[in-house]
Amino acid sequence: MSLLHTINKSPFERNSFDSCVAHAKKGSSILLIEDGVYAATQGTAAARKLEGIMKDVKVYALQPDVNTRGMQSKMLDGVNLVDYGGFVDLVTQHNAVQAWL
Amino acid sequence: MKLSVLVNEGPYTHQASDSAYLFTKAALEKGHEIFRVFFYHDGVYNGTRLMVPPQDDRHIQKRWSELAEKHKLDLVVCIAAAQRRGLLDENEAKRQGKDANNIAPGFRISGLGQLIEAGIQAERLVAFGD
Repeated sequence: MSLLHTINKSPFERNSFDSCVAHAKKGSSILLIEDGVYAATQGTAAARKLEGIMKDVKVYALQPDVNTRGMQSKMLDGVNLVDYGGFVDLVTQHNAVQAWL
Repeated sequence: MKLSVLVNEGPYTHQASDSAYLFTKAALEKGHEIFRVFFYHDGVYNGTRLMVPPQDDRHIQKRWSELAEKHKLDLVVCIAAAQRRGLLDENEAKRQGKDANNIAPGFRISGLGQLIEAGIQAERLVAFGD
């Protein structure tokens, strides 16, 4: 069963990112939205954690939220950017959605 | 696909209410069915018609109401969360002896069972919150 995890808070503010990374299984995906996109900032401890799981877990970030924060050029390589339509597609492509609120 | 959306955060707080709206709109544009949008906790404030945001800002309630009218959406506000926060429809206002109601067009007040049903009836439940 494939799960889509959504994270909407910065890893520097809450521990939801760490909890999610610790629980995400092979074949599941993580979508970073809202302040959650900061987890993919190059050179941070959070980005290193993402790099560590990327071979098993696909990582996405919501492009409008990345752009609003001016983080386009600072995103970790390998993070796939999606728009809201892509968000909807990810929801339908996975068996369930887990929001790490 | 049949989807349901849960909104746990109030309008103009962080971003959850905006994310939920934009997600819902995108899903409808892609031809998916939205079985229900359920507003819980501070999310119930999305459904007060008395909000008056500055003219150059988005009007979160109106935006939901218009989307509901266009797509015949079922926007449900949790009754327990609503009563605690002073969100009433005509019947509840009468029942509680209040002199006014403030629920917005397209929204209705009901119980938590509606959230459970939304989770059962829809193929995916997507939650947005604080």
